[in-house]
Amino acid sequence: MKAFPLMLVLAAVTLPAQVSFERLLRASQEPQNWLTYSGGFDGRRYSSLSQVTSQNVKSLGQQWAFQARSLEKFEATPLVVDGVLYTVQAPNDVVALDAATGRIFWIYPYHPSPQSRPCCGNVNRGLAILNHTLFMATVDAHLIAIDATNGAPIWNVKVARPEAGYAMTMAPLVVKDKVIVGTAGGEYGIRGFIAAYEAKTGKEAWRFYTIPGKGEPGNDTWAGDSWMHGGAPVWVTGAYDPDLNLTYWGVGNPGPDWVAEMRGGDNLYSDCAVALDADTGALKWYFQFTPHDEFDYDSVQVPILADMDWKGSPRKVMLWANRNGFLYVLDRANGKFLLGKPFTKVTWATGLDERGRPMRAPGAVATPDGNRIYPGTMGGTNWNSPSYSSRTGLFYIPSWDNYYADYIKGTVEYAEGQLFLGPSPASPVAGLHPEQVPNRRAEDGYGAIRAFDPKTGEKKWEFKLSEVTDSGVLTTASDLVFAGGRDGYFFALDARNGELLWRATLGGPVASGPVSYAVDGKQYIAVSAGNTLFSYALRP
Amino acid sequence: MRFIPLFLALSAGTGFGQHAYSPADIDAGGTLYRSNCMKCHGPEGTTIAGVDLGHGTFRRASTDDDLARIIINGIPSTAMPPSGFSELQVKTIVAYLRSRANAGTAVSSEAARGKAIFEGKGGCHHCHRIYGDGPLTGPDLSQIGVLRGPLTIRQSIVDPDTTVPPENRYVRAVTRDGATFTGRVLSDDTFGLQILDSHEKLVSLAKANLREYAFLPNPMPSFRGKLSDQEISDLVSYLETLKGVAP
Repeated sequence: MKAFPLMLVLAAVTLPAQVSFERLLRASQEPQNWLTYSGGFDGRRYSSLSQVTSQNVKSLGQQWAFQARSLEKFEATPLVVDGVLYTVQAPNDVVALDAATGRIFWIYPYHPSPQSRPCCGNVNRGLAILNHTLFMATVDAHLIAIDATNGAPIWNVKVARPEAGYAMTMAPLVVKDKVIVGTAGGEYGIRGFIAAYEAKTGKEAWRFYTIPGKGEPGNDTWAGDSWMHGGAPVWVTGAYDPDLNLTYWGVGNPGPDWVAEMRGGDNLYSDCAVALDADTGALKWYFQFTPHDEFDYDSVQVPILADMDWKGSPRKVMLWANRNGFLYVLDRANGKFLLGKPFTKVTWATGLDERGRPMRAPGAVATPDGNRIYPGTMGGTNWNSPSYSSRTGLFYIPSWDNYYADYIKGTVEYAEGQLFLGPSPASPVAGLHPEQVPNRRAEDGYGAIRAFDPKTGEKKWEFKLSEVTDSGVLTTASDLVFAGGRDGYFFALDARNGELLWRATLGGPVASGPVSYAVDGKQYIAVSAGNTLFSYALRP
Repeated sequence: MRFIPLFLALSAGTGFGQHAYSPADIDAGGTLYRSNCMKCHGPEGTTIAGVDLGHGTFRRASTDDDLARIIINGIPSTAMPPSGFSELQVKTIVAYLRSRANAGTAVSSEAARGKAIFEGKGGCHHCHRIYGDGPLTGPDLSQIGVLRGPLTIRQSIVDPDTTVPPENRYVRAVTRDGATFTGRVLSDDTFGLQILDSHEKLVSLAKANLREYAFLPNPMPSFRGKLSDQEISDLVSYLETLKGVAP
């Protein structure tokens, strides 16, 4: 054992630590690493590691734990590069750990401006890497480049004004020589955008506003001047198709969230999937899941890019389980709607028409006394990553079911930097508190990990949880599904039938997506819960 | 406890520009409060640490105009948003908040009568514990005057089924080898159940080992019609004095 640290030092010196863009493109060929937020540009959260199987998964044991010096929710997905694990301690401290032992190499502390005011926690969802450089988007809307070797800052640019409610919580997406980010702030009347920065210098390369300006196509989907403070934030990492050279992003809710009559029209591109040219940011196509959203159904899910036989011919599709309670299959070359079905209880719409546009249920609007709508504000699913395995052909969704909110009619006025919402809907589901394992009634909604056949929209199985879940999902080549729940459990399921194979008690809610990686031939599965990051592997 | 006399003096004193409010205003304001403010501030106005809207005096506002300004404009850099209420609506919310000045400040004779009902006609002490005295069958009420306001307490007495929090549910569970447990649910998760059983023992059950388990009807009876309005008011007054420390 005494030789081990020395060997690691040697390995760190001699291994090529440069994470070129070519390596990112071929991330699936080096499954020992987890090189992007979703494990690859296809957003699938699938690991081709197979050492841990349904036969031996019961022998998983905790290898190490890293306790963040933060009481905030631990939403970050780590990156793993050649034995080094990079994560973010909330709000914005970058941490480099030995992925085999959890020991700390370095911490880059960053203190966001006190002007920052992210709506829903001082959280961060992770990093991006290119060559020797890590990239972090901060809650005070800065983008920072950091040396992956020693944690030294390289450049720091201000992306937007935190005092106006802009914040960044997502892991950036690196495409070619650019770093792409979006900005949160949909609860503060921002005008959302996605922007690309030169990885070397931090110079802005392009910007796509998620709300068209005066005179641009789509601006007329906003009544009067409502487009100026219409929200449409982007706060979860997108996907990239190198053959089409398109990046795909989910856009958040229009604002004010719950006073929809102040913004008549469809409110493009809120609640849309947008396909942008990776080099220019030009809009190639869009698909709007919830036109004129009155329920806070952000479409900030990670797009899953899959290639499958679709009614007899191969097709490049996009799988999307939306906060509005419907799951969708789109053609990702052109945005064409292929299939859509509810995956959870939905009362705001009676279904989708042939183009995928929701048919609104009569009377499903906010009322002075509160009108009960399913799903509630947190949605049928939220930002928590789903997964897709081409081995099983199934689409795995962290789902909330039987969950509602009572939407109340009211008014609100815009003031810079202040919440721009309208009356908050009442819901029995409480916010996520990292310090407690909540105790609530199943009849007020529950969580489940559900598997769907994307070709039919049919549910194949579910694993029901007593609480709602904020966990992402990981699938592996040995047909395992890893996920967790608010009640502090982390578990492995059989990807083919949902059977529970193993579980661990982590003592705090899981609020991020698990990842898998390997060091010296040993497969690890890492997950955060409460404010701690845990790593598991087979016991000898 | 030392704060209360001082606080009483303040709220009963000069009034800081308070006006007379009509019962209709107070009612209308209460309705607006429940549909707009309660989500964050709670039914008694006390769920946000350091913010107390439940007792008619306010940290950031002394006059009614101050209060109205905060309701209209919100408080920058905090979670308190601006609102779109009309002037009249704001006036009623202010009236409602001011009407809370006397909440929880029971006259001692009422509280004394309430205590007698608790221990006598009401039979409450057969299930509830106060300051270490009584069984743990029902929730311990030693701090109920801090945890709940008078409106919620009254509702629990009159319509107990509408206000059962998850931690006050009762369950009956039968294990695979036939042992039966009933008790109050302390924690209920995907794989387990923790209860305080009918013998006042802490019991942890694995759901995988249970043959059956089901929630029981709320054992708390309604006292509507069993106690007079005055008796219920006296009982509420007594319970409001329970602040976690025996006098």
